[in-house]
Amino acid sequence: MSPLAKLRGAMARARRAMPDIVGPVGRRWERLSQWQRRPFYVLALAIAVLAPANSVGRIMAPASDWKTILFNPIGVYILLALGLNVVVGLAGLLDLGYVAFFAVGAYTMATLATHRHWSFWLVLPIGIILAAFAGVILGAPTLRLRGDYLAIVTLGFGEIVRRIAINTNSLGGPRGISGIPHPPSIGHVKALTYGVLDPKPYYYLLLAMIVLVIFVGRRLERSRVGRSWQAVREDEDVAELMGVPSFKFKLWAFAIGASIGGMCGVIFASKQIAITPDNFPFLLSVLILAAVVLGGSGNIPGVILGAFLVAWLPEYLRDASFGKFVVRQVHHVLPRAGSFSDLRVLIFGGALVVMMIFRPEGLLPSRKRRAELAEGQGGMGSLGGTVVVPPPEESK
Amino acid sequence: MLLELKDVHVHYGKVEALKGISITVDEGEIVTLIGANGAGKTTTLKTISGVRPVTSGSVTFRGDNITSLPGHRRVERGLSQAPEGRGIFPGMTVVENLEMGAYARRGSQRKEVPADFERVYQLFPRLAERRSQMGGTLSGGEQQMLAIGRALMARPQVLLLDEPSMGLAPKLVSQIFQIIREISAQGTTILLVEQNAVQALSLAHRAYVLESGLVVRSADAHSLLDDESVRAAYLGGAVGSGGSGGSGGSGGS
Ligand SMILES: Nc1ncnc2c1ncn2[C@@H]1O[C@H](COP(=O)(O)OP(=O)(O)OP(=O)(O)O)[C@@H](O)[C@H]1O
Ligand SMILES: [Mg+2]
Repeated sequence: MSPLAKLRGAMARARRAMPDIVGPVGRRWERLSQWQRRPFYVLALAIAVLAPANSVGRIMAPASDWKTILFNPIGVYILLALGLNVVVGLAGLLDLGYVAFFAVGAYTMATLATHRHWSFWLVLPIGIILAAFAGVILGAPTLRLRGDYLAIVTLGFGEIVRRIAINTNSLGGPRGISGIPHPPSIGHVKALTYGVLDPKPYYYLLLAMIVLVIFVGRRLERSRVGRSWQAVREDEDVAELMGVPSFKFKLWAFAIGASIGGMCGVIFASKQIAITPDNFPFLLSVLILAAVVLGGSGNIPGVILGAFLVAWLPEYLRDASFGKFVVRQVHHVLPRAGSFSDLRVLIFGGALVVMMIFRPEGLLPSRKRRAELAEGQGGMGSLGGTVVVPPPEESK
Repeated sequence: MLLELKDVHVHYGKVEALKGISITVDEGEIVTLIGANGAGKTTTLKTISGVRPVTSGSVTFRGDNITSLPGHRRVERGLSQAPEGRGIFPGMTVVENLEMGAYARRGSQRKEVPADFERVYQLFPRLAERRSQMGGTLSGGEQQMLAIGRALMARPQVLLLDEPSMGLAPKLVSQIFQIIREISAQGTTILLVEQNAVQALSLAHRAYVLESGLVVRSADAHSLLDDESVRAAYLGGAVGSGGSGGSGGSGGS
């Protein structure tokens, strides 16, 4: 037997040996009606609202500023992952340059608010529209490409946007734009007073947008649009045979995903005071994609969990003794490996590989996604299409 | 004439898969396309349903030239295909798959959708039993039933079937052919691609024999069934006497 076949057999056995903890819970959840689910939504929202409390921070981030982390990276990653999920999880398009739309939103806020003194609330819709427009500009010529080809073009687009920012003087070049004003405060409520010191109001702003995006996302998913996306994701040619204008819906997915990225960018810039092209590296696109895939592409709770883990774990482990231990061990082998935040890419890479072996559908997958993967379908370019599904039993 | 292909050429890159095919289908007919692997049968159906663009030639449906009409618009016009390899949406249930079949029907046409569900369940009682099962977990035969049922949900004038008997047990094959006959009797025109030439020819009114992208025979289905050269090439009937088998026997037209 070839080594590859042996490896596949071993993988299959390992996967069967894994206890399926999430499956039964997920199945029970799917049986609940809309009304029965409502208390859980309320509970989740309550947790999110109470999250910035100091007592939570002492557990979640003992050595750093929890509220800051809660806004960025945690909140930012969650909103970005929800946006990318529309593209990757719902429409099944692999986008490796998603950070571009985040950048478009952030730069919209930075230029319009600094140079023209437009208010945050005016810039927000403009940033959303401009990002959606950028999505259409990227999508219109490229969405006839499939899978890997699309991934490469989008990767290029992310880099082009960053290069443009670096090389455009009116965007501040490599030094970016500083002096970005904060959103105007709402009333005299402390949680809605946007200043320099307290990250909490920004977190609540982000949370409000996350809730909005979840709400709209759920609606879309269950609508004709959602069904069209699913059809395109599972088999584009057959979708076309059913009468689904696949190009149009892919373009919509790009535009909607991009607009969420842009929205996140505007909020990010409004807290940041200064932004530079370095805030929008390729790595961010990769991390957000990792969050979506890790959590369970196409499933909103999964995507949120994935984004939370990708954002929070490195922050937590950096200070935790376990993290320090890992860094020390790695330094034995690779003396110049750098700090924990440098190593997190390596660790995520490893974690993703392990995930793809044991749970290619992600931590909290949807039932649909599982069925698609069992068929080796479900878009996301080669990420979904070539997942190795080993034969159920190996021959001795 | 309901559907007409005139001198259709189709390329995959530089490879010419169809080299000038002309086919007609009349209202109420069952027409079958037979031919060896790679002859261009699937490509012909894809050209008709619009997922494959033509290099030259024309496709006419109900008197309208639809050659450059995108695939998704052709369903609304009354063309519906059950694709080769079934093409079931694995993450959708049986009901959702059937619902996708009715995707192009909007507005007042939706009123008849529930009745069409019933019609499909009557043709395929097995699908009714498995309404909420995921498409991807159906057996091969069930998937084939679903693919045909889904194509019917569009209420097509012309139903395009690409090898509906592929990979099915003999008993199921004759069952599927029986159902095709029933669909035809209910008033749907059918263009059927088949490897299973004997069954296809005994079911169809007319037949075209394709060979390397060309129509080499077009005739009454029953006369082809009795034709020595066709038997030798596609029906396996006279392999012993034919010797070389293959393309040698099917020259005349
Ligand atoms: N996507 C493709 N790219 C390149 N060549 C293709 C493609 N699809 C089909 N072809 C070629 O076009 C020719 C016709 O293929 P087609 O699928 O139409 O054959 P077919 O008659 O349906 O065969 P079968 O009975 O095996 O299904 C073949 O030579 C095939 O190799
Ligand atoms: Mg074929």
